[in-house]
Amino acid sequence: MATWTWFHKLASPPYLYRTAGRLLPWLAIPAIVLTLAGAYGGLVRAPADYQQGEAFRIIYVHAPSAWLSLMAYTVMAAAAAVGLIWRMKLAHALAAATAPIGASFTLLCLATGSLWGRPMWGTWWVWDARLTSQLILFFLYLGYMALHSAYDDTQRADRAAGLLAVVGIVNVPIIHFSVYWWNTLHQGSTVLRADGPAMPPSMLVPLLVSFAGYTLGYAALACVRLRAEVLGRERNASWLQELGRG
Amino acid sequence: MSTLGTGLGRAAWLVFERDVRLAFRRWEQVTHPVVFFVMIATLFPLALSPETSLLRDIAPGVVWVAALLSSLLALETLLRADLEDGTLEQLTLSGQPLGWLLFAKTLAHWVLSGLPLVLAAPLVATALAAPGDAVGVLMLALFLGTGVLSFIGAVGAALTLGTRRGSVLLSLLVLPLAMPVLIFGARATDLAMRGEPAGGALMLLGAMLALSVTLAPIAASTAVRISLE
Repeated sequence: MATWTWFHKLASPPYLYRTAGRLLPWLAIPAIVLTLAGAYGGLVRAPADYQQGEAFRIIYVHAPSAWLSLMAYTVMAAAAAVGLIWRMKLAHALAAATAPIGASFTLLCLATGSLWGRPMWGTWWVWDARLTSQLILFFLYLGYMALHSAYDDTQRADRAAGLLAVVGIVNVPIIHFSVYWWNTLHQGSTVLRADGPAMPPSMLVPLLVSFAGYTLGYAALACVRLRAEVLGRERNASWLQELGRG
Repeated sequence: MSTLGTGLGRAAWLVFERDVRLAFRRWEQVTHPVVFFVMIATLFPLALSPETSLLRDIAPGVVWVAALLSSLLALETLLRADLEDGTLEQLTLSGQPLGWLLFAKTLAHWVLSGLPLVLAAPLVATALAAPGDAVGVLMLALFLGTGVLSFIGAVGAALTLGTRRGSVLLSLLVLPLAMPVLIFGARATDLAMRGEPAGGALMLLGAMLALSVTLAPIAASTAVRISLE
């Protein structure tokens, strides 16, 4: 049982608030450094693509935000499931804190995809499978946030929206494959392939650095928003008043 | 509860029968979505062009979008009235598994809102100049697809029960989840209209129906409990 103590402690708002605050600099500083390093490596050091020229460089924003849009949804659904099953209120706080971040990364992915599509496909928007499934993912995030804000009572909002997130994650693969079957024009996956990445190291390394930077950036933002959620939910708690006095 | 002699089958039948009977007393509940379905289909020739070749190209999409919107409209009647008169609370307290009772309710809703669309489909398809031999596949696809829409919609309807302005929110929640149904339904219809075998798309629709029939009532019952708190 002792190994689960850390998990039980996380259910305590003051402990979670302090832990998230302590973790924040350890996540934020590497996130900024790695994102800047990835951007420098990608935008300045990496050679231009022999087919796509300079335009391919947007991949250093596009691919990490696409990855985060899905990862954030998974985190949100997993946190919501923990909250529903073990009735852990702060897990719902994490889900609620994650939703706007995930939605933002999804929007960033759509925007950069649109900018990339202009020189490559000659149009701002194509009804391509990957773009469309990202758009539907964005709608799923909007649904979560809309349902959450429709309830006045935070606990009911948490549980209703959490259930929607769990239903959504069951549907994400179905939506993804159905849209794929429907139409695809997007280039294939570059990094995750059975025969190794289809990229020279000079292009790949900055991309991987960007992935790490964006992921840590997500974690740092989640810590900030989680602290804000805890403050909002516990606004009448005595530990906060002591914190304010001390 | 066994002393009352109400087994699972009987409980489900009572719920199902009650919903069907109530719908027949409020007949417009059944007819309005069908009229809406036909009206949406009428909009497209007016907005685009009455040219037969164009209508034939857009027919599968138009029928499916109309069916999707019409089934969204019908979802309003699935649980809202039962929440307001306390029936839903009684079902929750009845000692019977709520998911099972909601399964019966959703099945009744499918019969009352989905089947009329299936029956109205040949009319709309003919009006949009779809070839006659594709109508069978269209009806089968709509039969399977409206089932999925009813069951997914039941989760959305249950989730929005506790909110005040439910209907716009309901569309926002259900539409993204319903998009695969639209894709496979329209694809099956399109394939049939081109004279190609539509079996693959129909089987995928059937798979989605099997998945939603088994999982959605469980999610819907959890959602009803949250809404009733």
